[in-house]
Amino acid sequence: MEVWISILISVCAAATPLLIAATGELVVERSGVLNLGVEGMMIIGAVTAFSTAQVTGNPYLGALAAIVVASAFSLIFAFMTLTLVTNQVATGLALTILGLGLSGMIGQGFVGAPGVKMEALSIPLLSDLPVVGSLLFGQDLIFYASWALVFGVWWFLFKTKSGLKLRSVGDNHASAHALGLNVIGIRYCAVLFGGACAGLAGAHLSLVYVPQWVEGMTAGRGWIALALVVFASWRPGRLLIGAYLFGAVTIGQFHVQAQGLQIPAQFLASLPYLATIIVLVLIARNRRLTMINTPASLGKSFVPDR
Amino acid sequence: MKVQLIKRSQPSNWLALTSPLLALALTMVAGAIMFALLGKNPATGLYTYFIQPLLDPWSRDQILVKATPLILIAIGLAICFRSGNWNIGAEGQYLIGGMVGATIPVLFNTWDSPMVLPLMLVMGIAGGALYGAIPGFLKAKFNTNEILTSLMLVYVAQQFVDWLVRGPWRDPDGFGFPGTKSFNESAVLPALFSTWDAHYGAVLAVIAAIIAWFVLSKTLKGFEVSVLGQSERAGRFAGFRPAAMTIFAFCVSGGLAGLAGIAEVSGSVEKLDDKLSLGYGFSAIIVAFLGRLNPLGIIAAGIVLALTYIGGEAAQISMGLSDRAARVFQGLLLFFVLACDTLIHYRIQVTAGSASAARAARAEGAG
Repeated sequence: MEVWISILISVCAAATPLLIAATGELVVERSGVLNLGVEGMMIIGAVTAFSTAQVTGNPYLGALAAIVVASAFSLIFAFMTLTLVTNQVATGLALTILGLGLSGMIGQGFVGAPGVKMEALSIPLLSDLPVVGSLLFGQDLIFYASWALVFGVWWFLFKTKSGLKLRSVGDNHASAHALGLNVIGIRYCAVLFGGACAGLAGAHLSLVYVPQWVEGMTAGRGWIALALVVFASWRPGRLLIGAYLFGAVTIGQFHVQAQGLQIPAQFLASLPYLATIIVLVLIARNRRLTMINTPASLGKSFVPDR
Repeated sequence: MKVQLIKRSQPSNWLALTSPLLALALTMVAGAIMFALLGKNPATGLYTYFIQPLLDPWSRDQILVKATPLILIAIGLAICFRSGNWNIGAEGQYLIGGMVGATIPVLFNTWDSPMVLPLMLVMGIAGGALYGAIPGFLKAKFNTNEILTSLMLVYVAQQFVDWLVRGPWRDPDGFGFPGTKSFNESAVLPALFSTWDAHYGAVLAVIAAIIAWFVLSKTLKGFEVSVLGQSERAGRFAGFRPAAMTIFAFCVSGGLAGLAGIAEVSGSVEKLDDKLSLGYGFSAIIVAFLGRLNPLGIIAAGIVLALTYIGGEAAQISMGLSDRAARVFQGLLLFFVLACDTLIHYRIQVTAGSASAARAARAEGAG
């Protein structure tokens, strides 16, 4: 039982950054913008969080800095694609390339430095409960934030007027503009929110998951987060299923390795990526599901004609 | 202050030619600022990056070595991007091409025949093309997002090649280092000149660029690529099949990436090791855009990108600048290229004050 609880806790740790980054990207895509720079923003978040926590000794300050800096970083993408109407796919890739380069440069002095771990919270009495205590009440703050974020985004998108405006901008920007909505302004806000989420996801990696700075430590998680948004067919609740499924695959391969099975480690390490491909194929085959929810203006530039 | 875009009645031909140069100039300005922030002399920095490597014969040779894979991959990507297919996984196709081509010298390392090299190149192309065909096929058949599937396959390819060179293909006399035995002479793509590192892959890259330029600008297939890329609907009316084009574009770009891979393995490293994946597949995306998706422009763009690699190494040695600065340069370059492309289609109007003031100014101008 103890073993299973500890496995479940590590699944949570693997799922949390995916969940946070994917939730941010979901909002961005619901507003009609495809930001492929998640990987870049995430690693900028990771390096900012690590270096800030290392210098100040405070992991919470690190997470906060990651949110602010990654959000500012996403502003480059917003300005390029929304104001200068550049191609969103290419600009997102540029953001990822720049993020990977910048983080490598900033982080060079921190390679091998001891990290500051964001400790798990311990809620008196509750976290001492048998079995569920440590799983439900003894995790780090970012874990709880991720669940709150998913719920908050669901509530915002589907229960508030502002959320309806954001979705209408993503579904038909021309009509939304004709109705007097500020298409570009709403999209700017969405992109910045996506950047903030990617930053927090990166912070989780370098403060909780592996409290260390390793160059390129996001290892494709930003891309998996993008795939999760497709998997969830742009519904926040389904992100939970997707993220925890991927968390389980990631952790599962470590445990298979530990069992001493005669499978090369590299094959197991490719499993999350292969699983992503299989999931994408399965989802894409169900056209009805994707057609209903895909924001119709996704990836299309908008220039208001006055 | 308000930035506004005003559509040009016709795309500017003049800017279409000069926008990459403008982007390069802006990148250098941004680079100078970056050097200054890092406490280095901006002039020395730019000189070390962009001028010095061109003056030194050894560096020129190395630029050619690096430009070869970049150009080969970027040509394929240009065809893919023009047709509206986003192949982001060239790095994986490059690795698989290098790996499949290497099977001959690895498995038959005593086979000495003039047939070896051509066979390796063909197998490299085939390997890359088939690996590229996977995301193409999945998109054509199931409408799967090709950006994500092609990228995921990069990680799979990296793991697979890593397993091969550490496991079954490792040289038993290699002191435990990952990598195959060095190839014998008949499996090595010869150098251009006896003292050079640059090999005949560079010639293949130029030939590929000329063929691609001819196909894209002078043949029906090239027309099909552009039509389907600009409007799938229009292409359908013309009788072109988008699904077939997707598979075609992915096979061609995978094949060229595979050729780049085997050329690198056989011409430059002369064995398969764990350091084949250097990110050329991603940098080639920048090359493709800097060359404005034109195969001849890509030759020049490939040399510029190679310059940033070599300049980056030089700056690391002589100025103590992080070698990651080269990647920052490359990222900035892509941003500026994309931003300058906007100028071809739009005029940018910056007005002081609010949007209403801008509207008033425009109304005045029109009246």
